Amino acid sequence: MAFIPHTPADVEAMLAAIGVKSIEDLFDEIPANLRVKSLAGIPDELNEMQIGRLMSERARTDGRPLCFIGAGAYEHHIPAAVWAITTRGEFYSAYTPYQAEASQGTLQLIYEYQTMIASLTGMEVSNASVYDGASAVAEASLMAVRANRKSKSQRILVPTTLHPHYRKVAVATAGNQGLRFEEVPYSSGEGVIATASLAKYEGEDITAIVIQQPNFFGRLEDVDALTDWAHARGIFVIAVVNPTSLALLKPPGSWGTRGADIAVGDGQPLGVPLSSGGPYFGFMTTRMEYVRQMPGRIVGRTVDLNGRQGFTLTLQAREQHIRRAKATSNICTNQGLLMTAATIYMSLMGPQGLERVAAASHARTRELVTALTRMKGVRLAFQGPSFHESVVLLDRPVAPVLKSLANRGILGGLDLAEFYPELGPALLICATETKTTADIDSYVAALGEALQSARAA
Amino acid sequence: MSKVPADLKYTKTHEWLRTLADGTIEVGITDHAQHALGDLVFVEVPETGRAVKAGEPCAVVESVKAASDVYSPVTGEVIAGNSALANTPETVNTDSYGGGWLMRVRPAAGGPATELLTPAQYEKLQQEEGD
Repeated sequence: MAFIPHTPADVEAMLAAIGVKSIEDLFDEIPANLRVKSLAGIPDELNEMQIGRLMSERARTDGRPLCFIGAGAYEHHIPAAVWAITTRGEFYSAYTPYQAEASQGTLQLIYEYQTMIASLTGMEVSNASVYDGASAVAEASLMAVRANRKSKSQRILVPTTLHPHYRKVAVATAGNQGLRFEEVPYSSGEGVIATASLAKYEGEDITAIVIQQPNFFGRLEDVDALTDWAHARGIFVIAVVNPTSLALLKPPGSWGTRGADIAVGDGQPLGVPLSSGGPYFGFMTTRMEYVRQMPGRIVGRTVDLNGRQGFTLTLQAREQHIRRAKATSNICTNQGLLMTAATIYMSLMGPQGLERVAAASHARTRELVTALTRMKGVRLAFQGPSFHESVVLLDRPVAPVLKSLANRGILGGLDLAEFYPELGPALLICATETKTTADIDSYVAALGEALQSARAA
Repeated sequence: MSKVPADLKYTKTHEWLRTLADGTIEVGITDHAQHALGDLVFVEVPETGRAVKAGEPCAVVESVKAASDVYSPVTGEVIAGNSALANTPETVNTDSYGGGWLMRVRPAAGGPATELLTPAQYEKLQQEEGD
């Protein structure tokens, strides 16, 4: 089936109308040496039957490993109804609808999503989602520069307890726009922001601090004290939160005396499958007073000419199709389909369901940590409360151990060597409600064998 | 035809200027500008104490159809922003030359200013732009 509606005759007519001979001639302004001659390395096309076969062969090689990796993407049970409903034709679009008169259902769904996310985070207003948690942090940093009008420095404090990828994406996205990201170290015994290291910022102009809760190590930061410390110095607080954890933990809207100014996070735990890393979606919320500085789409509830309830995109004057280069962001699109799944997930789970998922994940991780740290050669890296992840230290390099576990069908966690080499052989592990006691026993047995065989060898 | 008071000066970007008794300058957008924007829903004025340069965006006026920058006609220091507009942006529509003022600036001595127009010149500019 041809997806391009123009026939060769149409193309001829259009080219003739503007006086060029071929489509190639349209590109003659680009110097020849800058043009890619051929798509070397790209294989020939396959038809639907061939590609279907290739993909199912590749899918088989994935196997069905037991996954104990978290680190920003979490395996949760997704009720079958979530994607059965999400993939209905009425919802099946990646985009926010502009045409309110033809899109009331989708617009209402986005409005419900915003309401649920605002309620979960305890914040006043939510947008219709952004790409993912990492890009949400970058956008939140840019937003803080616009909204914190008392600060001129564009300096953003990013503790190293923030996800390493989020830090990288923030620098890549906003580093060339004049923002300076300054890393704040963590306390080596506790795995939380080293508050003593904040003293050197006394009296300096800092635009915002990013606080992840639970942090990348799974540990809980003292968010109340950090938020009040920042606000007393005119520093904006950007909260980065796991939505599942909010069923148990204090929402960012209630951190400290005033609450966080912007709260963001990755929405993947809410009904989005791991799918090798994406697509996911990011959520973004703030106080009403900063709503005009928030990027992205926002759906509002209104009444039509006859006084009936209706939904429509609102506050669009901030966006790129109206404000061009001065828009709040040049990424105004949202992750419509993933956000749809999350809305359905949240409505099926309800507050109690989400709380049970959070509590079960916390309990399973504790069970796993307790079992592992009983073993010779495994100990806990950080003391103090955590949510559903923990760092354990091994008595030998992590990579070969993980390989050995993988051979036994177990993804044993994330090797932190690349991100935190100073920790030594450190492994970030996670168990959600999807893991049973038998699964945890399998992990413990496999790790025991892996450590034993290495010892024998 | 929009109102163009005779006692004010104007800019090509549709701001008006009023020199106050103490030598400071009050700045707003013209009747023509508010009419072109339509009903205002939000006005962002500069912080007191901010240093502004002539030609620099210093305020934002947002209507239901567009958000536009307001440019400072002079170089100087902002001594007041009209914070009442935060709750009543429509004042810019109803009283653009009075209660709808946006900011007051103390011009720097000998500082640069953008090209200023007389009322007659501004009326002509409006006609050229098809008011």
